Parts: sequence; structure tokens; C-alpha cells
Amino acid sequence: MIDLLLQYPITSALLALVALSLTFGALLGFAAVKFKVEGDPIVDQLDALLPQTQCGQCGHPGCRPYAQSISEGEEINKCPPGGQATINAIADLLDVEAPTLDEEHGEESELKTVAYIREDECIGCTKCIQACPMDAILGAAKQMHTVIAIECTGCDLCVEPCPVDCIDMLPVEETLQTWKWSPPAAGTAQMNNIIATDAAGEVA
Amino acid sequence: MTDFLVILISAILVNNIVLVQFLGLCPFMGVSNKLDTAIGMGGATTFVLTLAAISSYLVNTYILLPLDLEYLKTISFILVIAVVVQFTKMFIEKTSPLLYRVLGVFLPLITTNCAVLGIALQNTAKAHSFAESSLYGFGAALGFSLVLVLFSAMRERLAFADVPEPFKGAAIGMITAGLMSLAFMGFSGLV
Repeated sequence: MIDLLLQYPITSALLALVALSLTFGALLGFAAVKFKVEGDPIVDQLDALLPQTQCGQCGHPGCRPYAQSISEGEEINKCPPGGQATINAIADLLDVEAPTLDEEHGEESELKTVAYIREDECIGCTKCIQACPMDAILGAAKQMHTVIAIECTGCDLCVEPCPVDCIDMLPVEETLQTWKWSPPAAGTAQMNNIIATDAAGEVA
Repeated sequence: MTDFLVILISAILVNNIVLVQFLGLCPFMGVSNKLDTAIGMGGATTFVLTLAAISSYLVNTYILLPLDLEYLKTISFILVIAVVVQFTKMFIEKTSPLLYRVLGVFLPLITTNCAVLGIALQNTAKAHSFAESSLYGFGAALGFSLVLVLFSAMRERLAFADVPEPFKGAAIGMITAGLMSLAFMGFSGLV
């Protein structure tokens, strides 16, 4: 076999290169299947940091698409519901300087709000239902709509489409049932040592 | 055993791939701005260089030599290196997404790192055996990582140093590399 090949150097050269390429191609094909990456892990991490209100104020249809485009280089300061805390967390993850919130996409409100439909004015057009990212509005065509208050994230997206302007954003009253301790402020010693590994000096 | 030690020491220090043979200068200047990146790049290059030295030895000995095809050395080695780099890229992307992000474009660029091809060609020119080839590749890669890490540590400090205006940036980097090269030339009497 080798003698035969040696008689025709051109053929043997071609054969050798083709055989090499085929072997390597097969190897890479195998590796591509074996080491297949299920999505971009950084997108998952970013998605976990975003507030999951799916409000769309950043200009993306939801939190995950925004996480996706952050991983492709988009600005990280477009999330009003998350506020500065989310921006800081993302900046920490991506190891960049934390910018301040971009006011163009909305202001961070300290007050949690909930949408309220003035029901005697509602004409049943279903436009707010289509706008709601959380499916928090109940109703049907020509029927009065109403908001499921515990599902509402207060994202304001239903206010704009309403043709009769019957949706108000009301601040959520704090009752004895909903009151809870405020979380420790970021950057304090108490917050930094909240996890045992942080206290040990490890970086999560 | 002593032979192997001599090969290793000579590959790391005496015939240092970057500072004595002047191969692989592009990543040496390009990725040495931050210590973290330099360590990552050193690790990836070590992996690729060792693997490329081994596989190009195998290709040379079992395919090219029996068929009398030594003149295909360069093109087959480039093929081998490209495949090894691609494989490493997939491997790192799967196992360490963070390192993958840090290395970014430099990972595929290992393909064009002349040190990798240079080592493979030197191995055939010096008629190294299998063990010698892999050790030489590994040693050269260690030498590369060593100077890359040393150099990036220096450049991190250079960034804060009071450098005269005309020498700022890459210029002082080149001068530093030249001085380091002089220092490494001093090892030439070692083996």
C-alpha cells in the first residue's frame, strides 16, 4: 500500500491531507456535540439579577431579552424597577463601573404602585389586557376589566394604551399584613457579611 | 532523566521562546496589560502548545515521514494547530465561561501565534523523540507563560509610573521587553 502511494507522490500528498482534514473534521464535529453550550450562562446570571417584572421599560419585551442584549454590550442602566441596586449588582457581575439609572427609561420610584381601573369608566376595549406583561388584568371584550392587585408589578405599561384614561397608578397602602422589615442597605458591614462565605473573604 | 531536565530548563529559560527566539511576540505585547488576562492566556497557550507539539509530532512521524511528504510539514502543522485551538475554545467555553469572556478574541488568535508553529517545526528540525517533543512544547509554553506573567506584572506597575511623555504606552513596553530579553540572554551559559 505504502509502496504504491510512494510511486505517486501527488496522490499520496493529496490523500494524506484529505485524510488528515477528514479526521480532524470528525474530531471537531464530535467536540461540538460533546461540549455543546446550553445557552449563554452569563445571560442566565444577568436574568437572575433583573427584577422579573417583565415591564418592558428598557425597550425589550422582557427581562430575559434585556439580559441577552446586555451580554451583547447594551447599557446596563435601563431598568427602573430594579433601580440602582440592580445596576450595581450587574456592574459587579460584569466587572464594570456602575452607571446611574438612565432617566429616559423611567424613574426609580421608592413607592410601590399598583394599577387600578376606574370600573364605571371602562369601555371593555381589552387594550390594557394586551399591554400587560404579567397577565394581571382580567376581562373580556365589551366587559368591564379589573386588575388582580397581587399580580400587578406597577410597571405603568397599561396606562398609555387606555383610550379613556381610566387607569390610575395607586401607591400600595402598607397594612399590618404587608409590612415587613426593610432589607439592610447595600454596602454596610451587615450586608457584606450576610453570607458565611463572604465573611470568610471568598468571592461568590 | 537528566536529558529531559536539560530540555525543560533550556526551553523555559535558555531558549525562551519569546525573549530569546522572538516568537509569539504578538500575544506577549497584546495580552500583557492585565495580570489576570495574562495568566488566562498563559494557561490557554500552555494547553494548546503542548497538545499541538504532541499531535504535530504524531502527524509528522506516522503520516508525513512514511509517505515521504516532509514538504507538507508546514501546511499540516497549521491544520493541526487550528484544530487544537478550536478544540480548546470549545472546551473552555463549556468549562469556564468567565475565562472564555476574558480571553475573548485572543483565544482564536493562538492559531496565529508563531510560537506554536515554531515549536512544532523546531521539534522536527531537532529530530526530537515523542517524549522530548512533548516536553519541549510544554517547556516552551511554560517559558511563554512565565515571561507573559512577569511582563504583565511589570506593565501594571508601569501604568502608574512617571514615564516621560514620548515613551508612554507601547514604547516603554517595548523597551521593558528589550531589557527583559537582555536579562534572559544571560541564561545562555546555563546549559
